[in-house]
Amino acid sequence: MEDMILYHRLQFAFTITFHYLFPQLTMGLSLMIVYFKWISIRTKNEHYNDAAKFWMKIFALNFAMGVVTGIPMEFQFGTNWAKFSALTGGIVGQTLAMEGMFSFFLESSFLGMFIFGEKLLGQKLHFVTGVMVFLGSWASGYLIIATHSWMQHPVGYEILENGTFVLTNFSALFKNPWLLPSYLHNQAGSLITSSFFVSAVGAFYVLSNRQKHFGQIFLKAGVIFGCIASVVVAFPTGDLAAKNVVNYQPATFAAMEGIFETEDGGAEIVLIGQPDMVNKKLDNKIAVPNILSFLTYQRWDAQIKGLNEFDEHQHPTNIPGLYFAYHIMAGLGTVFIAIMLVAAFLLFRKKLYDSNWMLWILMFMIPFPYIANTAGWYTAELGRQPWLVYNLMRMTSGVSPTVSSGNTLFTLLGFVGLYLMLGLLFLLLVLKIIRRGPEPLLTP
Amino acid sequence: METLWFIILVVMLATYIVLDGYDFGAGIVHFLVANNEAERKAVTNAIGPFWDANEVWLIAAGGVLFFAFPTLYASSFSGFYLPLMLVLWLLIFRAVGLELRGQVHNRLWERLWDRAFGMASLLLALFFGAALGNVVRGVNLGVVENGVAQQEAPYFFLPLWNPTFDPLAEHQGIIDWFTLVLGLVSVITLTIHGANWIILKSNSTINRRLRPLIFKLNGVLLFLVLLSAALWYYVKPIAFTNLEEHFWLWIFPIIGLTGLIGQFNIKRFKRDGTGFVCSSLFIVGSFGTTAASMYPVLLPSTNSVSPSLTIYNASANEYGLTVGLVWFIIAAVLVIVYFIIQFRVFKGKLDELDYGGH
Repeated sequence: MEDMILYHRLQFAFTITFHYLFPQLTMGLSLMIVYFKWISIRTKNEHYNDAAKFWMKIFALNFAMGVVTGIPMEFQFGTNWAKFSALTGGIVGQTLAMEGMFSFFLESSFLGMFIFGEKLLGQKLHFVTGVMVFLGSWASGYLIIATHSWMQHPVGYEILENGTFVLTNFSALFKNPWLLPSYLHNQAGSLITSSFFVSAVGAFYVLSNRQKHFGQIFLKAGVIFGCIASVVVAFPTGDLAAKNVVNYQPATFAAMEGIFETEDGGAEIVLIGQPDMVNKKLDNKIAVPNILSFLTYQRWDAQIKGLNEFDEHQHPTNIPGLYFAYHIMAGLGTVFIAIMLVAAFLLFRKKLYDSNWMLWILMFMIPFPYIANTAGWYTAELGRQPWLVYNLMRMTSGVSPTVSSGNTLFTLLGFVGLYLMLGLLFLLLVLKIIRRGPEPLLTP
Repeated sequence: METLWFIILVVMLATYIVLDGYDFGAGIVHFLVANNEAERKAVTNAIGPFWDANEVWLIAAGGVLFFAFPTLYASSFSGFYLPLMLVLWLLIFRAVGLELRGQVHNRLWERLWDRAFGMASLLLALFFGAALGNVVRGVNLGVVENGVAQQEAPYFFLPLWNPTFDPLAEHQGIIDWFTLVLGLVSVITLTIHGANWIILKSNSTINRRLRPLIFKLNGVLLFLVLLSAALWYYVKPIAFTNLEEHFWLWIFPIIGLTGLIGQFNIKRFKRDGTGFVCSSLFIVGSFGTTAASMYPVLLPSTNSVSPSLTIYNASANEYGLTVGLVWFIIAAVLVIVYFIIQFRVFKGKLDELDYGGH
C-alpha cells in the first residue's frame, strides 16, 4: 500500500514537473510575441516581424511539448487518482472541462493560422491570430489555477453522506480569494521565464557578435518585460499569495518560513538554515529579526504562529522539502529583481549592449527562472499535503484502489524514459533554432 | 439532464473519431502506401494544420466525461489503466513524429520519425477499436470472484490480455478475440477515412492508387462489420433491445450502411470530397448505433453483484450539470466559429503548404 501510493505520487510529481517546464515559457512568450508583432505593425520595422517569427518557432516547439505532456495530466486524474476524481469530479472536472472547451480549442485553432497563415491573412489579421493564441494560453492557466485554488481553499461545495463533493455555487469557484493572487503570481512567474529566456538569447547573439541587431531587440524587450515581471511577482502578487497562506493555511506558513516556535515580540525572517526535524530547530541559522512580522501584518511586533501551535497531524507532511522549495523560490526571486533592475538601469543609460559582464550574467540566468517556478509550485503543493482537498480529503484516500504498485512503477519508468528522450530532442532542436537565428542567410 | 449530457458526450466522441480518425488513417497510409518523399510530404501537408486541433476533441471529451460522469471517469480510467497509458505514449510518438520530422533535413532522421508517426497511428487505431470493444463487452465491476466483490463497486482492473483471449472468461483482458475484431474494424475504417481525406486535400500521385485501395478495403470492411455484428450478438445478446423497442434509432445503422455501401462507388465519384463524406457517415452511423444500443448504460457489468454504471448512478449533481450546460453552449458556439474560420483559411488543396519546414 505504501509503495503503491509512493509510485502514484512520484508519477504525478514527475509528469507535472516536466510538463510545466513548457507552459511557463509559452504563456509569457505569447505575450512577448504579440508585443514584437505589434511594434512591427506600428513602426513598419521588418526586424520586429522577423523577431516575432523567430520566437514563434520556439513557441511552436514548446507548445507541442506542452500539449503532448499535458494530455497525460488530465488522464492521470482518472487513471491514478480515481477516488479523488469520483468524489470531487463534479467540481474540479467542471473547471478542467472548461479549460478544454474554452482555451485549448482557441489556442490550437489559431496557432495553426499564426504559424502557416501570414501570407493568407495579411499583417493585421496575422496579429489578431497571435492575440488569440495569447488569450487561449492565459485562459488555460486561469482555469488550471481555479482548479488548484479549489483544492487549496475549497468553496461552493457540499459533502454528501457517501463523501462525494457536489457543486452548489458555480460562481464561488471564480470568486475564490485564493484564485486571483495565485493566478497573477503564476503568470508573472511565467513572464519571468520567458523574458529571461529572450534576454539570454539576445545576450548570446551580442556576445558572439552575430545577429547583433536582433540580439539588441531581444535584450531590450527581455529586460523591460523582465524588470516589470520580477517586481510584480514579489509585490503585490507574491505578497498577496503569502497572505492567503497565513490566513487559510497557517501551519503551512510556519513550515515554509521555518518557524518551529512562536516568538513573542515579532517573528524573524530566515535567510539561511537547515531544518533539524528531531530537535525542532534550524542549523546555522541566519535571520533578520522582526521583518517577517512586518511583511505579513505591517507591524514589527505582530505575532506569527510557529509549528508548535498546531497538532502534529495538521503539519505539512514534508516540512524540510516545503521549507527549501519556498526559500529557493524567494531567494531566486530576490536575485531576479536585483539583476533586472541593474540591467534596466544600464539599458536606460544606453550602456547595456556594451556591458559584457551583464550580458554574461543574463546569458547564464536561463535555468534559474525554471528552477524558481518549479520550486514555487512545490511550495504550493507540498504546503497542501497531507491533504488533496485542504482539511477535507487526505491524499491517501484519493488514490486508485485497483492499480497495483507494479503496474504504476511500470508506467512511471515508461514516462521517465519517454520524457528523457523528449527532453533531449527538445534541447537539440531549440539549440538548432537559436544557432540558425532569425536571419538564416547571414550565418555560415 | 443526464440524457442530454450523454448525447453531448457521444457527439463529442463521434466528432473526435471523425476528425482525428482521418489523422490516424493518413498516418497508416503514410506508413504503408506512400512510397516516396513527395507522397509522404503530401500526406503530412494534408493533416499538418489540423491534427493538433483535432486532438483537442479528445481532451475536451475527457474533460466533459470527468465533470458530467465522475464515477465513470474514475472507474474506467483506473480500470483501463494500461491501455490508456499506452495510448498516451502513442499519442506522444504520433505528435513528435509529425512535428519533428521536418526540423532536421537528414534522410535517416526523417525516416525515423516517419515510422514513429506511422506505427503510432496504426496502433492508436487498433487500440481505440479495442477500447470500444471493451466498453461494449462490459467488465467485471468490483472484481467479483465466486460471487464476492473484492473491490468497491465501480472499480476494476484489466491486464492487457488473459491467456485464453476469451471475452467471456471470468478474468478478462483488454485484448481478446472480440475486441481484436473491433480493433481491426477500426484500423480498416480509419485507413479508408484517412485515404479519403488525402484525396480531398492533395493532388498527389498517391491519389490514383488510393481509390482502388479504398474499394478493396471496403470489401474487407463489409465482411468484418457483418462478422463483428454476429460476434456482438454472441457476446452480449441483449445488445439490440433498444433498437427493437425504439424504431427511430434505426436511423443510425441506416446512416452507417449508406456510407459503407456508397463507398463502393469510390472510382466513380466526381468530387474529391464524396468519399470522405461516405466514410464519415459510416463512422457516425456505427458509433451512433453502438451508443444507441447501450443507452442508458455507460459501462456494463459482467457480474450480477455490482450494477452496471449508467448515466444515472455515475453522473454529477443536477445543479452542476445545469450550470455546466450554460457555459458549454457558449463554448460550443465559439468552437464552431473557430472551426469555420480554420477551414476557410486552409480551404482547398494544401500541396503548397510547407508543413514542418519551419
